[in-house]
Amino acid sequence: MTDLVPVLLGATGQTLTMVAVSVLLCVILGLAFGSWLAVTSPQGIAPSPAVHQLLAAFANISRSIPFLVLIVLLLPLTRFLVGTSIGTAAAIIPLVVGGTPYAARLVEAALLDVDPGLIQAVVTLGASPSQAVWKVYFPEAVPGLIRAFTVLAITMINFSAMAGAVGGGGLGDLAIRYGYQRFRLDVLVACCVILILLVQCIQLSGNTLARRLDHR
Amino acid sequence: MTVPAGSIHGVLGLSGAGKSTLLKCIARLETSDAGEISVAGSDWTRLGNAALRRERGKMGIVFQQLHLLSSRTVAANIALPLELHGGRKSENADRVAELLEWFGIADKARDYPAQLSGGQRQRVALARALATRPRVLLADEPTSALDPETRLSVLNTLQGIRDKLGVSILIITHDLRSAAAICDSITVLDAGRVVETGVAAHVLHHPETDVTRRLVFHDESPSDARSLVQPAHFEEIGLL
Repeated sequence: MTDLVPVLLGATGQTLTMVAVSVLLCVILGLAFGSWLAVTSPQGIAPSPAVHQLLAAFANISRSIPFLVLIVLLLPLTRFLVGTSIGTAAAIIPLVVGGTPYAARLVEAALLDVDPGLIQAVVTLGASPSQAVWKVYFPEAVPGLIRAFTVLAITMINFSAMAGAVGGGGLGDLAIRYGYQRFRLDVLVACCVILILLVQCIQLSGNTLARRLDHR
Repeated sequence: MTVPAGSIHGVLGLSGAGKSTLLKCIARLETSDAGEISVAGSDWTRLGNAALRRERGKMGIVFQQLHLLSSRTVAANIALPLELHGGRKSENADRVAELLEWFGIADKARDYPAQLSGGQRQRVALARALATRPRVLLADEPTSALDPETRLSVLNTLQGIRDKLGVSILIITHDLRSAAAICDSITVLDAGRVVETGVAAHVLHHPETDVTRRLVFHDESPSDARSLVQPAHFEEIGLL
């Protein structure tokens, strides 16, 4: 077991890299994409059925493709962007493409959770649609957004385990190659324990941060 | 229906009478199909979006649920309309300080609305509504969710706003006693139409329509309601 400590540490590092980078990109893209979804939705501040339907269809298409299939489908794009289709960096491309629509939907839900009466009230104070988004939707949705991104990060850990298919490495990959294919039950268990701890840590810090920032 | 400058006008009606719709039309949250709504001389029904946003500074609104931003402190809530209308930061800060002082909530400036009592929150909402020095204040059920003591203090505050700041106030309410206590004139709505309008004491003492009679006599204590419109009571309520 001790001989495998460096391997375990390396795999944990790879998982953390994949998750951190892809969550960061998904949060940025998801905020942009999700706020458009929320603003143009029938309950939004500038309803536009055509734009909303188009964005929603796009989000649904990429969410309906199984992640493993998405990785394969995106191989040409990955090769173009990263220069190779193998490795941790290469795994980040499908993670971002798969995670962004999911993040967008979570952002949309968190924003639409803000009391519509509050938005109306601020409009009567003289707010333009963009002022309403920046001064009301986002600040009021902060606790909801933190909770949404916590869910996103945990889902990305799950997705990243599949990145082993393109040689992305990480704990999921290690569990399959060492734990399953080489019958190393100890590695399998160690990988699972680390993953459980990771998820617990993310959930706990997400909850704490959301509670700190919630003034309701 | 006209609210003379510097007066307090009450709109009364049973539920479903169209009070909320009237409020939404005046606030231009709904567009009216016909008719004209003038605020301080300009017809709001004809304004385009950008012009309307500028004009909105001339009317302050206090909503029934107040709708304060939970993510902002008391001071930041009051500063919001000033930020929306531009204005320099230092001037805005001075105005906020002035309002905090006027409403007696200066010590709460850095608190969040959730940390305040109902009456304090009501004062924050009033301060926010008055931040842009509006000519008109629209108050939707300002007293319905309050205990009797807080209600009296809110009524006092509203009278003070009219007397000291010269702001015309339109109160939409089903609370006959509050209306009787501070309104100069009253309009009674039923099924979306004005059924009666006139001087408050006259409308309440000599109701001419069934709806007004129902409003006046179905109130929990009609005799009490009548005593509230006696001049003596005005003095008892007093000013700020």
